[in-house]
Amino acid sequence: MAEAFWALGRATGVVSLVLFTVTVLLGILTRSGRPALGLPRFAVTLVHRNVSLLATVLVIIHVASLLADPYAQLRLVDVVVPFLGTMKPFWLGLGTFAFDLVLALVITGLLRHRIGQPAFRFVHWFSYAMWPVAVLHTLGDGSDVGKSWLVLLLVLCVGSVLVSLAWRASATFVEYQHTRFEEARR
Amino acid sequence: MSTVEMTIPRAAVVPPAGVNRLFAAGAADLASHLARFGPAPLGIAPGQLLGELEASGLDGRGGAGFATWRKLVAARTSAGPTAYSAPVVIANGAEGEPMSAKDEILLRHAPHLVLDGLLLAAAVTGAREVHLYSGPVQLASVRRAIAERTDARGVILDEAPDYFVSGEASAVVSAIETGLAIPRDRRVRLAVSGLGGRPTVVSNVETLAHVALVARFGAAWFRSVGTDDSPGTRLLTISGDGVDRKVIEATGGLPLAEALGAVGLDTSRLRAVLVGGYHGAWVPASDLWVRLSSRDLEPYGARPGAGILVALGDQHCGLAASVGIARYLAGQSARQCGPCVNGLPAMAEVLARVAAGGGSARLPDEVRRLAGVVTGRGACRHPDGTARFVLSTLEVFEADVRAHLAGYCEVTRS
Amino acid sequence: MTRQSLHIDWTACDGRGLCTELLGPLLVRDEWGYPRAAGYGSDVPIPSSFVAEARDAVALCPRLALTLQEVRAPARS
Repeated sequence: MAEAFWALGRATGVVSLVLFTVTVLLGILTRSGRPALGLPRFAVTLVHRNVSLLATVLVIIHVASLLADPYAQLRLVDVVVPFLGTMKPFWLGLGTFAFDLVLALVITGLLRHRIGQPAFRFVHWFSYAMWPVAVLHTLGDGSDVGKSWLVLLLVLCVGSVLVSLAWRASATFVEYQHTRFEEARR
Repeated sequence: MSTVEMTIPRAAVVPPAGVNRLFAAGAADLASHLARFGPAPLGIAPGQLLGELEASGLDGRGGAGFATWRKLVAARTSAGPTAYSAPVVIANGAEGEPMSAKDEILLRHAPHLVLDGLLLAAAVTGAREVHLYSGPVQLASVRRAIAERTDARGVILDEAPDYFVSGEASAVVSAIETGLAIPRDRRVRLAVSGLGGRPTVVSNVETLAHVALVARFGAAWFRSVGTDDSPGTRLLTISGDGVDRKVIEATGGLPLAEALGAVGLDTSRLRAVLVGGYHGAWVPASDLWVRLSSRDLEPYGARPGAGILVALGDQHCGLAASVGIARYLAGQSARQCGPCVNGLPAMAEVLARVAAGGGSARLPDEVRRLAGVVTGRGACRHPDGTARFVLSTLEVFEADVRAHLAGYCEVTRS
Repeated sequence: MTRQSLHIDWTACDGRGLCTELLGPLLVRDEWGYPRAAGYGSDVPIPSSFVAEARDAVALCPRLALTLQEVRAPARS
């Protein structure tokens, strides 16, 4: 039984990282205001939201299964308070930190209409912290890090996010940017 | 200052006759003010004052011309039971419009009349918080006036920055709340929910000064000068053709030619007059018999507004002058709303291409199209006012537009 | 029967184009990408057949620039 939790924990960890990567890519796409992949803009936004929620469910299973697994020696406090773990406290702490950020991002995302745009936006910027922290946690804590399939997967994830960040920073990022006199003050 | 009040018997106060009303005291100090007008009837029943204001036909003198009594009633009826839901009254003396000077002159020469009006508006609405928002020079005068009396100590003075939209009602509320005088989105009227969510009256300082006079002398007195649709007096700021922002008090509904003549302008040497300031509209020199009333000015798309008249001498090209104003207005966008940020510069530049001459005959239609695109699509009326001004330019200077497109200017002969 | 009206907060709108997809042809994009309803400014009357789409637009607007409100007196002061 413990083996099953361990395997589940590893698998959900990797899959949630992939899904969070897709979430970040879709988030950047949403911000550009362009339709993509044959989807209209509102559908891109919806897929961004739904993939992020799916990733969150998986990361909760990831945490829960490792909590149940005696080998991982994860305590309840490690789920929320980073850097107190017994095994690899630093790398585990990064995971805890990323998990906290995910919770903050999801809660503020779901309550966007309640808390207002400024608060939502402030917290949402932390996506750009959450994702690299999650990647580092995978690198430092992942049991399969030596395996070539995971290396390939991580290279793909990091590469795609870097490319979209470069696009994000480019002058042609926002749709209609070429026709606008200047960006309105935000 | 009750000693001064007691030395002036109530019976000695004679309502100002003729057109010199707001400055009838002759000096800015309290003694002169009380000697001429007597004390403000702060104990007047709200219903009585509101009735007099309705009967007087007093409209707002900040530009929009909204009926004063309606604004006060709306705030009064929106008031909640607690101090946190009590109305707020703000005297607006920001005057961001560069061609206007009447509010500054009024605050410097008759600050007590404005304070009286502000306190009366506060009393009639049940306001617990009272502000006066204006530039630093005007505030210094108001501060001196407040020090002379005991009943205005609670008036909070807020400094207004000097740019075009800083006096827009929602920008005024925003300035007092956050320190940033930029217009904000409104889903409900400020009179229902304004400063901190409280019912808020933002009223021009000249309007409040008239409130102080109506409270004392009544609606019939107020209407004893002026016309039916533009009763009482109004302050005008007149400039152009050698005159720099002269402020006069004029009877309502005065023909334009008479107002211009009063500051010494030769009306036979004018091309047009811009009525209502940069958000106003042109009236051609051939029509200077037109009266300064909403009814007479409506065909031109103009309103008496804040009483701004800018005369254009016949040696100037109306198109060239209008391009300068359109560009200025585009630059005065608060840079918040996309259609304004992008549309006003686009509109100004197409107008500039019309003025530059020799362009496509379709350019005026492109200006009209852009005016239609920006109108109504901002948090404030800055795009609407700018579009109105530009459309008026095309209409009143239509002959010049045709000449310029043909590569010729009738004025500069080039 | 109450009429619904879609209010656009221009200080928040960034012209991302979600509402114009959901509410076309009621809303179209101007040349800078901002939503525009023919003949209307900040408050666009929504016919009952478009109310569901309008609700989606309000929920999905990435700038929270839209609100659906029941039509009453003009919302200006």
